[in-house]
Amino acid sequence: MTDQALKTTPLNAAHRALGARMVGFGGYDMPVQYEGVLAEHRWTREHAGLFDVSHMGQCKITGPDAIAQFERFVPGDYQALKAGRQKYSLLLNESGGIIDDLMAGKPDHDGLFVVVNAGNKDEDFAFWSAHLSGDAELTVLDRALIAIQGPEAAEVMAAHDPVFNDFGFMDSARLILFGVDCYVSRSGYTGEDGYEISVPAADAERIWNTILQDARVKPIGLGARDSLRLEAGLPLHGHDIDATTSPVEGALTFALSKSRKERADFNGADRILKELADGPSRVRVGLSVKEGAPAREGAEIADMDGNIIGTVTSGGPSPTLGRNIAMGYVPPAFAELGTDLKVLVRGKPAAAEVVAMPFVAQRYYRKPKV
Amino acid sequence: MRFTKDHEWVKVDGDIATVGISKHAADALGDVVFVETPDAGKAVSKGDSFAVVESVKAASDVYAPVSGEVVEGNAVLASAPETVNADPEGEGWFAKIRISDASQIDALMDRAAYDAFLTTL
Repeated sequence: MTDQALKTTPLNAAHRALGARMVGFGGYDMPVQYEGVLAEHRWTREHAGLFDVSHMGQCKITGPDAIAQFERFVPGDYQALKAGRQKYSLLLNESGGIIDDLMAGKPDHDGLFVVVNAGNKDEDFAFWSAHLSGDAELTVLDRALIAIQGPEAAEVMAAHDPVFNDFGFMDSARLILFGVDCYVSRSGYTGEDGYEISVPAADAERIWNTILQDARVKPIGLGARDSLRLEAGLPLHGHDIDATTSPVEGALTFALSKSRKERADFNGADRILKELADGPSRVRVGLSVKEGAPAREGAEIADMDGNIIGTVTSGGPSPTLGRNIAMGYVPPAFAELGTDLKVLVRGKPAAAEVVAMPFVAQRYYRKPKV
Repeated sequence: MRFTKDHEWVKVDGDIATVGISKHAADALGDVVFVETPDAGKAVSKGDSFAVVESVKAASDVYAPVSGEVVEGNAVLASAPETVNADPEGEGWFAKIRISDASQIDALMDRAAYDAFLTTL
């Protein structure tokens, strides 16, 4: 039964036809699993998984001042971003906290195409509506978003159109695919090679079913999406990062462009530059949990003397590694790789160690340099 | 076999109750990745959380369907938690409890009543 309070994506009927188990997520009725989280996780790591991520927010920010206005609230250099490329960034509040994380790119010659988190999109769009000034306009797009991820994703998609071979990691384009206007990027949220394809809502089910006809492709629910992104060390906004955490605390300093740090002209630059210089009071780290139950969000992290020093923000079993992994915040003094810590699960201490993220190597496709 | 509304099952042999979670519960949880069973000697009261079962996504409590003393936790589940999915109402049992109040069994649903209960969910 569809919960009446939940919105649906254009693929809702397709999920139900596939026998998905549906749950509420980000205000949407979404598939959490089809055949099972573990099987779907492994299929994505070995073949190609198809994800409905239409609950995410999609918009364009256009106009002569679009880039300059967008940059006021993100720490990435979008002036310098080349056409046909996209970049991960962070929407920042005045205190340098992360309102949301996002992908913004230049798929066409018309400003920025931006994808934001489902649970934050109303807030993000309201933020831009209120704060973008000058000649910059926000247009919310009512489109579906389909991701295909995994080592066989590129071959699968090249069979539909060889143009997919032309993309390198984080390339972005607007083009006609499956006979309709699409935005495509070679990116994702699993650590695997793959694409995210924004399609017109009315064509979503046809395109979804067309891609699914390939035996290498299976539909993958949000359960495996979460375990895949955890293994890839990718933070989930609202859990691993939020409006109180800065990019430095969140271990996302790669999103701070050099030119922007020099100009110090984005929201929260004072705090962020100070943390870069002096160190933050806490930092997101990866943990290998060596015994006992999975350490999940909310589990306390203790030092070897039993003092509580931090909290797990997400965690669970790693199907690829066959052990429990987690990410959480600790003071920098405990953030060095190899540091022995304890996590408290239902009051029981279990041995844990600070390890590098990603937990499972990312396999993004980088085009050979010519 | 008797069932609770929290989807535990009980099978009685003399004064020993073998306890587990129903197939319905195991299917609803999905892939079980961790099980914590109680140690022998632990006293439990009906309704106590006495074991934990974890899927990839979440941890769930398992409640004691009867009061008594744990005589054995299923050690197999520590190394093979997937047994709960493979055979929830058999090899995937959680614990054996020496029943202290046999009348508690009578209050539980039989298979037909439990199946009827499931249709109301």
